[in-house]
Amino acid sequence: MKSMSASGGAATPSGAATPSTWRGLAMGRSGGDLAIATLLGLGALATLLFGEAYWLLASQVAITMIFALSVDLLVGYAGIVTLGHAVFFGLGAYTVGIASAHLGWTEPLSGLLLAGLVAAALGGATGVLVLRTKGLGQLMLTMAFASLVYEIANRAKPLTGGADGLQGMVIAPILGLFEFDIFGLTAFLYTLAVLGVVVGLAVLMTRSPYGRSLVGIRENRVRMQAIGTNVQQRLLSIYVVSAALAGIAGALLAQTSQFVGLNVLHFSLSGEILIIVALGGAGRLWGALLGAVVFTLFKDRLSALDPAYWYFWLGLLLAVIVLFAPKGLIGLVDRLLSILQRGEVR
Amino acid sequence: MSLRSLMLGTAVAAAALLPLAGTAAAKTYKVGLVVSLSGPTASLGQQIERGAKLYQSLHKDDLGDDSVELIVRDDTGPAPDVAKRLAQELVVRDKVDVLAGIIFTPNANAIAPIATQAKVPFVIMNAASWATTKSSPYIVRVSQTLPQITVPLAQWAAKQPDIKSVYTLVSDYAPGIEAEEAFAHGLKEAGKTVAASVRVPVQNPDFVPFLQKVKDAKPDALYVFLPGGTQSTALMKAYQSLGLKEAGIRLIGSGEVSVEDELPNMGDAAIGVVTGFHYSTSHDSKANADFVKAWQAAYGADSVPTFMGVGGYDGMAAIHGAIKSLKGKFTGEAAVEAMRHWKAESPRGPIAIDPETRDVVQNIYIRRVEKVDGALRNVEFETFQAVKDPGKAAK
Repeated sequence: MKSMSASGGAATPSGAATPSTWRGLAMGRSGGDLAIATLLGLGALATLLFGEAYWLLASQVAITMIFALSVDLLVGYAGIVTLGHAVFFGLGAYTVGIASAHLGWTEPLSGLLLAGLVAAALGGATGVLVLRTKGLGQLMLTMAFASLVYEIANRAKPLTGGADGLQGMVIAPILGLFEFDIFGLTAFLYTLAVLGVVVGLAVLMTRSPYGRSLVGIRENRVRMQAIGTNVQQRLLSIYVVSAALAGIAGALLAQTSQFVGLNVLHFSLSGEILIIVALGGAGRLWGALLGAVVFTLFKDRLSALDPAYWYFWLGLLLAVIVLFAPKGLIGLVDRLLSILQRGEVR
Repeated sequence: MSLRSLMLGTAVAAAALLPLAGTAAAKTYKVGLVVSLSGPTASLGQQIERGAKLYQSLHKDDLGDDSVELIVRDDTGPAPDVAKRLAQELVVRDKVDVLAGIIFTPNANAIAPIATQAKVPFVIMNAASWATTKSSPYIVRVSQTLPQITVPLAQWAAKQPDIKSVYTLVSDYAPGIEAEEAFAHGLKEAGKTVAASVRVPVQNPDFVPFLQKVKDAKPDALYVFLPGGTQSTALMKAYQSLGLKEAGIRLIGSGEVSVEDELPNMGDAAIGVVTGFHYSTSHDSKANADFVKAWQAAYGADSVPTFMGVGGYDGMAAIHGAIKSLKGKFTGEAAVEAMRHWKAESPRGPIAIDPETRDVVQNIYIRRVEKVDGALRNVEFETFQAVKDPGKAAK
């Protein structure tokens, strides 16, 4: 439990930190990052204390946040487009699922690492090919790989259970202490802790010269090459990192729901996560995180209010947000803050 | 001022509590209905939801002061993790007394452990893989199992002197394979064997090449299992355009092949198709006539109840039955126990739950598509009485 709250602190910096260290930590290009980080931290705390009924949903949110982060690093920062990122998510999920159901590897933390490594390996293998292309071609290739893996998983019934889903996976208590409960408290804290670590790493990475070089490649590839950056190697490395993070997110889903079905590899998931990143604001870590929260919560509420036509309302909402906030939700937050600041000055 | 507001507050609080105190004896039982209501399978979920709501609205006075509240959730299709989370939330957040619904077997399997852990009865209204009821002692199935509807048809086919060789064509996923195996098993028991088998993709199959292969093999009959919906119409169109009927190849299959809401789209090609199933909209009984009439009064004359609608209807009937017989002493175990011995006159005919397997026992009808009063109908001509799930008997 101790380790959880400690690493959870990375996502929700403690109250002792001063605003300036906050800003540094969140790497704010604007106040939006800081505001969203605060908001998410408070939200997580409130959910923990008062939202017993929403712990399970919160763990889903955290998983979606990690997945969105992995895609934002790729699409938003490095400018690599993908419509097949579910392949890494699904691979991570199936890795822990198969390891548990067939090999008896039920320990969750090492399972998470294994899933990350396996997804990274596939990321490396396909990345070499995907990164040879650009734009539409790249999009098609990522889609093609995703469809291939989906079909393989569908066919490999003895291994994956095919369309019926993987039966008989068990996950041992975390650190041998915390069993996954029906209320989802363990799942919530566990995913929150992993999210904290991942966000921490991502913030450090995007602040580093390496992260800046990715943005440089996105903005002007030729120029980056001219100043001596090994563009291909940088792109491949972020592709691998992104794949690993997606794999970890998938593994978390498999561990917390203790079930894996083919839908974790499905094309619609790849599309959805791209929508989430665009919704939050591509190229901004906190934007992707906010997008994941807003999308998942909307989905949950809308599908409960109108189980038959909720996709319509979701679509309408997304259209409105994209129309009125072209830079995503984080752009909206930025604008709001600047208006507030100007108001104070006056 | 503060005293006044305090008094006012107390009065409001007391007033809010009053109705609760007055009706302490009346209880609202919550039923969490998880079905697929969006995407390509939305029409199937809608059938179940409508069936369940129809029973509820027709029988809301049966429970005296008590009432049943239906909480509907969309599991979006074959998505076990979504279904599982929804079920978990229904248990934890909405504190439901009963879980119900489920079209796809994987989703049912994912929910099963939740039912066991929370000790909540789980009434399956469609998912038809035979083994599903084994995954939790809290599962009661009111719909059908694949071997249950397939084996009687195989037995019927084996008796036909003009059917000497049978080709099978099924969707390539667990229910399809289960149907293929059950059909071969039933045929074998009667001393015949399947000539050849082919499996087609689950999603958007093009039937023409497969049916051409069947035509070249010249069997006497083609057995088909499909998930239903528009695929059945596509198959029928290919069957007609390739001239399999003229080549003397009879089409037989599971009831999804001639499902009522698709029949009008199939046209006369469907005439003569023989299927084995547990429910036909034109089943001849008073219970069914009343059911169809009430359905069309509620949902319009264009809406036709299918086996899915009946599954939802009967599932709610079983839940109501359990609530009624327990007289306020409702617990998960007691409700399952009550449903194990539940019997009813359903629109499909007499049904009961097998106390040993918690699976449905029902008549299976062999039906032929005929034109009656200008419309295509599944007309029942042979009945296998009170069929238990052969899948469990065999294993």
